[in-house]
Amino acid sequence: MIQPPTLPTNYTVKPGQIKTSTGKTIRTEEMIINMGPQHPSTHGVLRLEIVVDGEIIVDCIPHIGYLHRCFEKHCEQMTNYQQVIPYADRMDYCSAMTNEWAFALAAERLLKIEVPERVEYIRVIMAELQRIASHLIAVGTYGIDSGAFTPFLYTFIDREKILDLFEMTCGARLLYNYIWIGGLSHDLPPKFIEQTKEFVAYFRPRVKMLNDLLSYNEIFVKRTANVGVLPREVAINYAVSGPQLRGSGVNWDLRRDDPFVIDHKLDWQPQVGKGEVGTVGDCWDRHIVRMREMEQSLNMIEQALAGLPEGNVKAAIPKRIRPEKDAEIYVRTEASRGELGYYIISDGTASPFRVKARGPAFVNLSVLPEIVRGGLIADLVLTAGSIDIVLGEVDR
Amino acid sequence: MTAQEIFDVLKAKFGDALPEEKLSAAGGSAAAGFSLQVWITIAPGRTKEICSFLRDDSEMQFDTLSCLSGVDYNNGTFGVVYHLSSMVQKHKIVLKAFCTKEHPHIQSVSSVWGTANWHEREVFDLFGVIIDEHPDLRRILLPDDWEGNPLRKDYKVQEFYHGMKVPY
Amino acid sequence: MEFIQTLLANQLVVSILLSALPLVFIILMVLVVLYTEMKVAAHIQDRVAYMRTGWHGVLQPIADMLKLLQKEDIIPTKADKLLFRAAPFIAFTGTYVAYAVLPFSSIYIGSNINLGAFFLVAAGSLVVIGILMAGWASNNKWSLFGGVRSAAQMISYEIPTALAVIIAVMITGSLNLQEVTKFQDGGIGNWLVFGGPLPWMQKLMLMPFTVITFFILFVASIAEVNRTPFDLPEAESELVQGFNTEYSGMRFAMFYLSEYANLFTVSAVVVSLFLGGWSSPFGAFMSGPVWGVFWFTSKAFLFILIQIWIRWTLPRLRVDQLMYVSWKVLTPWLFVCIFAVGLILVI
Repeated sequence: MIQPPTLPTNYTVKPGQIKTSTGKTIRTEEMIINMGPQHPSTHGVLRLEIVVDGEIIVDCIPHIGYLHRCFEKHCEQMTNYQQVIPYADRMDYCSAMTNEWAFALAAERLLKIEVPERVEYIRVIMAELQRIASHLIAVGTYGIDSGAFTPFLYTFIDREKILDLFEMTCGARLLYNYIWIGGLSHDLPPKFIEQTKEFVAYFRPRVKMLNDLLSYNEIFVKRTANVGVLPREVAINYAVSGPQLRGSGVNWDLRRDDPFVIDHKLDWQPQVGKGEVGTVGDCWDRHIVRMREMEQSLNMIEQALAGLPEGNVKAAIPKRIRPEKDAEIYVRTEASRGELGYYIISDGTASPFRVKARGPAFVNLSVLPEIVRGGLIADLVLTAGSIDIVLGEVDR
Repeated sequence: MTAQEIFDVLKAKFGDALPEEKLSAAGGSAAAGFSLQVWITIAPGRTKEICSFLRDDSEMQFDTLSCLSGVDYNNGTFGVVYHLSSMVQKHKIVLKAFCTKEHPHIQSVSSVWGTANWHEREVFDLFGVIIDEHPDLRRILLPDDWEGNPLRKDYKVQEFYHGMKVPY
Repeated sequence: MEFIQTLLANQLVVSILLSALPLVFIILMVLVVLYTEMKVAAHIQDRVAYMRTGWHGVLQPIADMLKLLQKEDIIPTKADKLLFRAAPFIAFTGTYVAYAVLPFSSIYIGSNINLGAFFLVAAGSLVVIGILMAGWASNNKWSLFGGVRSAAQMISYEIPTALAVIIAVMITGSLNLQEVTKFQDGGIGNWLVFGGPLPWMQKLMLMPFTVITFFILFVASIAEVNRTPFDLPEAESELVQGFNTEYSGMRFAMFYLSEYANLFTVSAVVVSLFLGGWSSPFGAFMSGPVWGVFWFTSKAFLFILIQIWIRWTLPRLRVDQLMYVSWKVLTPWLFVCIFAVGLILVI
């Protein structure tokens, strides 16, 4: 394979540095451009202030907050812990199931209640289906970022099938309010299990097809290999998580390393970027980690479906949830985009005293300026796309 | 390492930078082992020093700052809570630094962990806690000309913002 | 009746009529291509596209065109008004002028000049000026990027195009496109891509090089019309439509028209230089002036179809990779081909 020409890193031109053949100096100037909040490839209302020299990026300053909806303030105003769940849905709207799970888990730990095993299994199935749906959006929009429009529609066809499964379970297609504190809003519908099995059988070849169409496309590989390299140390220092961290070659997955659920009972391995086509931690690695995680999630769904026990789907919890006074907890879970944590402080009343949501997209985005300098605008688009941000979660 | 061991090491090394005499715990006693969360209180002016030690010491190796949150305790105290975890040693610890409402200053740890940069800006934005030595202390989620810090318990929303009525 | 006869005898009127003919053709062709593109794209992507306007939505392109014409023509306050207004027309002129030398049939060619091939390459560059003007005059940094990228790209890809044309000219010995086509008349075996109607020994030796040249010309022609994978000037996900971001209504439609008309031009160049233009692939069978138009357009449409197919399959290249392809892959290969073809012809 031909390596793409390497670009100068830490490239800066100061005014008046370019000399013509006659010895004159030409006054050059860096240009400041606003990318966003309305831009097709910032995946929402992200605004990037970029300083460019020609097309080479000298600096990039993200400005966020255009979608700030006061999630944390809202939580403090709720009259009940359960009321927070629909708000948690709206944080990362592409991956609502994992959000509500994280909050429900935090509240359950705060109350020190155990949920029935059936609930755990159903939650895993739902979260993994959600992970596939979320990664499908990431992969599809990444195709658009790189200029290929067709994979986007293919991924959306598959995502529709997952949303159909969710719809038959809880009636909603995007924001579910399905996972409640202490259990689920209701049990699985009768045909869910066989339809999920059908989906798993249908989806395996589709992953391969997407890989053939996009991931191993020669142009795509050239565009993404060695671009936006996030070194291992930087990734850890910035507390980057999820596929982006694993893309940098760190074998770390909270489902295995800080088990919060029955995931560790299943047979699976985190997918790690190996730098097959370029450097470890480049955009292609992050992309391929997502592709492989989708396959991994299929395995987990199959195992969880096979081991699904019978039982109740609601734990015995008080009608009005009142945790102890001054109890506090930080629970972190592996959402589709990485470590989603909730830090809850209770003051003994029915509403939380303080809720802090640690969204993976917020943290993952903060590393962007570090890895785009020296690249081209086209690289910035691809790097920002490979981070897979959802602005609902960045801005909360 | 357990929280108690980490506390002992820190106490021996930093002494007066740890105002509390023992490990603090929420939802039960730390010693009994069923508490929800235990934490170590550190002095607001020496966070950087202690965090650098926690990151670099070979027994600690807290390479990740999971979460950094600001809290208004509604009694004239603000707190910043650091949730640290180590990928190598696989242990976790919680640090807390408190400051008063009259003098809301806490030292930045963004030179220790890059991720603290945006989290600390958020604390500054929503609580008005001034993070000393922060490289880029600007509002992050709210507009630059917003008045007040919404997550303070005594926050009153402003009447007008650029001619638009704010309270609905 | 007499009036019409005297009118038709007038050289000026006739030439005006003849030169208007391609315009009618362009508009019809663009409607067809628009429809084809949407339908092909949709079926590639597992959907059905327009289904409601007319049978399978055949009237949709007309509706789109009418809608575009009715839209308000917005000119940004700080734009360079004159250049902004002129740019779409210059871009379209560049495309339209090229139609003068396209040999649609053995009896119809707008202007049978001896420098046809040269004229085509030259006229193609005029489009760059229009796009660059549009990018500059919009007073928008993204548009400027689009314009500059477009200029860089077109200038780079002019060179492979021109070199590939030279190879065709070397073999046929004429710059006149009508002559070039006549040279290839008489069946599929006589097409330049298969070495032309030369003695079999020479033909066999030429064939690898002509095939390479044909392929390179095709790649360069996609780049000339700014389509995926070379659609950097209007890269939607990077530059938000690039040079035509600020355009609306009629002026945007002009760019659109020019883009699609250009699509046909470059395909026509490939066809008339290497695939026998209007000549029938079956020798004398199905040949003649009217069949000529059929063969010419259908061959060109085949290429448009391939370009559509490529567009909806491949991602986009990066700027430096684009330049790399042009200067370090296509151009050196063409020099090799020119050298080899010259050597073979001399022998």
